Amino acid sequence: MSFITRGFSGRSRERDDRLPPGQTLVHDFPVLSAGPTPDVDTAEWEFTVRTATGDHRWNWDEFMALKIDEVDTDIHCVTHWSKLGTRWRGVSIDTLFEDIETDQDYVMAHSYGGYTTNIPFDELLDGKAWIAFEFDGEPLDPEHGGPARLLVPHLYFWKSAKWVRALEMMDQDEPGFWEQNGYHIHGDPWKEERYW
Amino acid sequence: MSDRLTPATDAAATAEAAVPVVADSSTAALPRSETPRAGWHVGTVVAARRETPNATRLELDVDDWPGNAAGQHLDVRLTAPDGYSATRSYSIASSGPSSRIVLAVDKLPDGEVSPFLVEEVRAGDQLELHGPLGAYFVWRPAVETGSPRPVQLIAGGSGVVPLFAIATAHADAADPTPFRLLYSARTPADVYFADELRGLVAASAPLRLDLVYTRRTPDGWPVPAARITREALEAAVIPAAHEPLVYVCGSTGFVERVADWLVELGHDPRSIRTERYGGT
Amino acid sequence: MQHVDGNALAGPLADYFSFDVTMARARCLGCGSISELARAMVYRSGAGTVVRCATCDAVLATLVESDDRAWIGFSGVSAVEVRRG
Repeated sequence: MSFITRGFSGRSRERDDRLPPGQTLVHDFPVLSAGPTPDVDTAEWEFTVRTATGDHRWNWDEFMALKIDEVDTDIHCVTHWSKLGTRWRGVSIDTLFEDIETDQDYVMAHSYGGYTTNIPFDELLDGKAWIAFEFDGEPLDPEHGGPARLLVPHLYFWKSAKWVRALEMMDQDEPGFWEQNGYHIHGDPWKEERYW
Repeated sequence: MSDRLTPATDAAATAEAAVPVVADSSTAALPRSETPRAGWHVGTVVAARRETPNATRLELDVDDWPGNAAGQHLDVRLTAPDGYSATRSYSIASSGPSSRIVLAVDKLPDGEVSPFLVEEVRAGDQLELHGPLGAYFVWRPAVETGSPRPVQLIAGGSGVVPLFAIATAHADAADPTPFRLLYSARTPADVYFADELRGLVAASAPLRLDLVYTRRTPDGWPVPAARITREALEAAVIPAAHEPLVYVCGSTGFVERVADWLVELGHDPRSIRTERYGGT
Repeated sequence: MQHVDGNALAGPLADYFSFDVTMARARCLGCGSISELARAMVYRSGAGTVVRCATCDAVLATLVESDDRAWIGFSGVSAVEVRRG
């Protein structure tokens, strides 16, 4: 039985040919939270890359001294909203790994607050991902993942871990938080890889 | 006489401290310490009227409603022609076995469901309902549970809805448990169920009502408009030494502020039941 | 977007469980505290529902729903207690 509520149409759902299947264009920036917003001061902030041979660490000042990219990209959330032409500034994963050797093929991103998400290493390289700290010309708001978040726009946005603090190299592809709890291990919006 | 929401004893009987009408009493309707199974129902709107400038009272007829305990809620699901749906929870202002249930919906400025329920819904409309829900934020008369503990209800804005249901159930059962309701509202016009609350205070079941106005007070009010402070809370609530059961309902910010103060004032956290509506 | 509490789980989980989940007690694997799920902190968004321990914030449970499937995770509890009879 499909019940339809008289007079209800919900918010307007704008489609666009430039969007992956099942997506709707939005002009705001919805906040989706899985827990309390971490409160991380840049004075305490640290970012770590963990490989089989050891840790590489940056504090905020060291991080800001790295090459910074301007990024203009579309983002797609598994909850069906997309934003086109979002502007960010961040350090690319290529830059981070310039002096780091690794032969491990998978990455687990770790966040302040405990969130995790997994990505194949080659999908973070070649200009496909950044650690972003500015959105739309402003420092990244804590509710959107500030001081810094992972930005992997070619995958569903749950992979762009907010409050990112570390990338841990792994031999195997292991599921992160949402991947353990129903979401697709890979998350390609163009193939609608939303769930298990 | 004030308009009653449950098919209660009539005005004359109430004035004489009446014996509860068995068909209405939650002791007859619901098994001991159980609540009816939740199910999906279709309710027909019988009446939709402005309760406050920002809220609507909806009366619904739900044919197969199994009855609900005081304090329970239900989920309303709205479905658009393209299949898109949105579901939100609303506390039930009524209780007992009746298939006539009452909601009071506060309109959230950017809400998806509440503006529709407050502005669009009219008598004759049908709504999909899931309920009754929740056995935690519930109160039953002392006759059934045998608890001699006094009860403190604390409401922030629209959080008064389930507490009003509880206070009404208390009155309908002519339950002798001492009750207090501390109710924080923005202005006098924002007080839900104002007439009914006056009736409950006058009823035989003991209820003390303390109103706090946060933006504008009635003429001649002894204190200026202000948010509840810890001191005002302490002055109004049943002392911790009397070990009341406490029910707090309202926005998340309100509930957590009040609950923290109650614990500081010596109330056992296990004696405090909370229901958060979200928001600060 | 503010969190709510476990009372909000009653509707969503009633579709999957025959018992009232909000009254069920669970033991947090993070801190060991045992409490009714109604008292947990609940974060809801389009992505899913996350239930967190009110004492230590550890994730107790998750709920994700698509059009035709749901995933219910109890990753952060050792067991759930249900009253009988």
